[in-house]
Amino acid sequence: MGQIATPATGVEKSRKALDRAVIRFAGDSGDGMQLTGEQFTTESAWAGNDLATLPNFPAEIRAPAGTLFGVSSFQLQFGSQRVYTPGDRLDCLVAMNPAALKVHLRDLKTGGLLIVNTQAFDKRNLDKAGYAANPLDEPALAERYRLHKVDMTGLTHEAIKDLPLNTKEKDRTKNFFALGLVSWIYTRPLEPTLTWIEKRFAKNMGIAEANTRVLKAGHAFGETAEIFAEHYAVEPAEMAPGLYRAMTGNRALAWGILAAAQRSKLPVVYGAYPITPASDILHELAMHKRFRVRTIQAEDEIAAVTAAIGASFGGAIGVTASSGPGVALKGEGIGLAVTAELPLVVLNIQRAGPSTGMPTKTEQADLMQALYGRNSEAPVVVLAPATPGDCFYIAYEAVRLAARYMLPVIVLSDGFLANGSEPWLIPNPDTLPPIEIAFRTEREGFFPYLRDPATLARPWVRPGTPGLEHRIGGIEKQDVTGNISYDPENHDHMVRTRAEKVRRVAQEISPTSINGPATGDLLVVGWGGTYGAITAAVERAQADGKSVASIHLRYLNPLPPDLGHILREYRKVLVPEINSGQLVRVLRAEYLVDAVGFNRVRGLPLASEEIFAAIIQLLGGQG
Amino acid sequence: MSPSEAGAKEAPRYTKKDFESDQDVRWCPGCGDYAILSAVQKTMPDLGIPKEDIVFISGIGCSSRFPYYMNTYGFHTIHGRAPAIATGLRVARPDLKIFVVTGDGDGLSIGGNHMLHVLRRNVNLVILLFNNRIYGLTKGQYSPTSELGKVTKSTPVGSADRPVNPLAFALGCGATFVARTVDRNIPHMDEMLKRAVAHKGTAFLEILQNCNVYNDLAWNVIYDRESKVQHELRLEHAKPLVFGPPDDRRAVIMQGVTPKVVRAKDVPESSLWVHDEKNVNAAKLIADLFAPDFPIPVGVLTAVDAPVYEDLMLEQEQKAISERGPGDIRKLLTSGDTWKIS
Repeated sequence: MGQIATPATGVEKSRKALDRAVIRFAGDSGDGMQLTGEQFTTESAWAGNDLATLPNFPAEIRAPAGTLFGVSSFQLQFGSQRVYTPGDRLDCLVAMNPAALKVHLRDLKTGGLLIVNTQAFDKRNLDKAGYAANPLDEPALAERYRLHKVDMTGLTHEAIKDLPLNTKEKDRTKNFFALGLVSWIYTRPLEPTLTWIEKRFAKNMGIAEANTRVLKAGHAFGETAEIFAEHYAVEPAEMAPGLYRAMTGNRALAWGILAAAQRSKLPVVYGAYPITPASDILHELAMHKRFRVRTIQAEDEIAAVTAAIGASFGGAIGVTASSGPGVALKGEGIGLAVTAELPLVVLNIQRAGPSTGMPTKTEQADLMQALYGRNSEAPVVVLAPATPGDCFYIAYEAVRLAARYMLPVIVLSDGFLANGSEPWLIPNPDTLPPIEIAFRTEREGFFPYLRDPATLARPWVRPGTPGLEHRIGGIEKQDVTGNISYDPENHDHMVRTRAEKVRRVAQEISPTSINGPATGDLLVVGWGGTYGAITAAVERAQADGKSVASIHLRYLNPLPPDLGHILREYRKVLVPEINSGQLVRVLRAEYLVDAVGFNRVRGLPLASEEIFAAIIQLLGGQG
Repeated sequence: MSPSEAGAKEAPRYTKKDFESDQDVRWCPGCGDYAILSAVQKTMPDLGIPKEDIVFISGIGCSSRFPYYMNTYGFHTIHGRAPAIATGLRVARPDLKIFVVTGDGDGLSIGGNHMLHVLRRNVNLVILLFNNRIYGLTKGQYSPTSELGKVTKSTPVGSADRPVNPLAFALGCGATFVARTVDRNIPHMDEMLKRAVAHKGTAFLEILQNCNVYNDLAWNVIYDRESKVQHELRLEHAKPLVFGPPDDRRAVIMQGVTPKVVRAKDVPESSLWVHDEKNVNAAKLIADLFAPDFPIPVGVLTAVDAPVYEDLMLEQEQKAISERGPGDIRKLLTSGDTWKIS
């Protein structure tokens, strides 16, 4: 094994200013990389940076230690300017074991900072990672990257040798060494992590003390070890003034539902069957009973959606969530809500498929399922959040539209948005649009399928309302009366009416905001979690003088009323998606535009670099 | 609304007619469902529940057309899912009286999973399972309660699946109220309906029902006057399991852990099996009794108290609200780690 750095004292280090940095912590599933990344995120938020995160972990609960498939990582980009994505290429990689190095080294920029925990590079771990020889001994590694070999395990043990903890417990604190060290390198404040340790381990002072000491030891090591010649400062970003918090997509969806519950003054019945990556919404909502959210952990996906529909029939807000495989099972239930014309919100946290696919990996390939994945003509409203924080507004909007138009709304989030976080400007709840619920109580002239002239919504009647007893169901019914009807003309009319009701939601959509010139050579159209990558790529192309603009669709059905016009203002249209080309087909079919797709389906977010390359290529290749 | 509010309304006076909807009933002439519909409509006025607080939920199948014919709130849903829909409704609206109408196919085949879970959760609702041992609406395939070897369109040389016993299934799921009645016995059906409605928790009532088109007289063993006298065992709490014609009374007794039929006069009164609705284990043995070797039990097999799903859920909610006040999104949004940018 090569030279190991030792701490020295009294060394003044130079501090370099950076605009942004991309860091990835990678290690074994048991190494606490998610926690390390989350704490580093909090520190960066405190430092006033804008940021975006990308957790990436195996589906196995306890994957075998040291293996390539057991590697867990957490990436974030933070900057003094607007940060749209977690970053493509890494400025700094922390590898806690050989497997982490093997899996992630390819993403590190040449000349990037590579910090490894030397003690983990033993024969056993090298074998598991498939290294014939220790890669740290390869001179090429140190030539290509700024390699820092640090015995984190040894230094951790040294820092807490007098504490009455066993070896395993001491080992487990080494992620705080890594955190302390990287916090020093990037001049992050330790306070938030120190406070967090104090709170988290309030009942176990021994562990709290160990983590605190190891964190500080890592920090001090950076300051004093001779190997780190310089460190970096990333100035606070210019962000809109106000109160911020870190927000993940799943939490934002849950809180959006809570906001809607409070505003509508209705209870929420949330039916769900645990599934990655949607389960956290269930966990979050289950903690907030005070909002009258009643969570049912249903026996299956079908029960989850039908319980929500039963609740809607009763005058509550029925919500269900799942990922693609579960939404497939809910299809018949969603169709019932379409024809019974009841409010229903379905959250789909998309993941890589088909079938079980790659449960912890992201994808946006359920758009067609959302639009068409039911028997017969069963149109629903489809919305998609653009960022983790946007999930809050989209969930709220989904409830509002479902209740106003009496129909199901599908929200397409994804694994990337669900687990990723961003600094989020906390909104004033009073500025959210009202959710006005007017249950019908008037007997005079009542029919279950009477229609509101503006929305075509039928009246929502709570059972228990005297004189309005009525029956609805899955059988086709006569418009207005709701009586069973097999009349051919009536069926045609009802099919069109249900579709028209969805189309009328377009009147709720604000004018599309265009990032760039209103007319030009190229328009990039995106939806969902690719917002950051697309925006970063487009802004880079604009900075290079290209005539490029982008729009990001949050309403996928109906599409914004001004979309057709906008598409025609550009010579070319590019649609980047993490699927084989779904939105692009819709746009081509709806608007007869020669839109082209940029498609990668790897279970990973799109990189802004590759979108940028696709933009340049479509514009004629000259970068 | 709290569960108690439902009872706060004054009990209205109704007649059977108040519960008849304006829809044409579309069952085959002679179907046992007519008798059940009539019995339910007739029983409703006696329940003292405001009509608007009653909801009938069904899945798919002949029986599931039921809600259309009741002048209450009703929801005809999708195949097998009525128990799940009803669970969601009950959780949202514990003030309502909810009936689930289902059949042997809807409730025990496509919806078997939901039936299991509604029963174990003990959601406060009444389940009426019309058991005709056949698929009627799809025109005559065997059902999960059809006897082994049943010859139908889909099994021309006989079915290979063994039947499920609805009562044993319900008890196995932890049902807190399990009873059986027969479509041709209106007074008994009326009595069982009232018992089921009075139960707190999920009340499971199997109704042996005739499909005169695809499986006529499947229950003839209990329809035929002579056979009925021989085989019907009326279960009554604290009464012995005795049945048969007056001149030839027989009793079900326990021999070890096995039920056995004996002549009543041959055994001392002390060794008779006295029915106890609170004894779930005994109910499980009774559920398996059937002709020809045993009598056919009708009546309440078990009725026991157990925690009710939505009661527990709403208690948690009330406790959270009374301890910390109602939810406030503004406070939630600014809770935990936040930072200011000026």
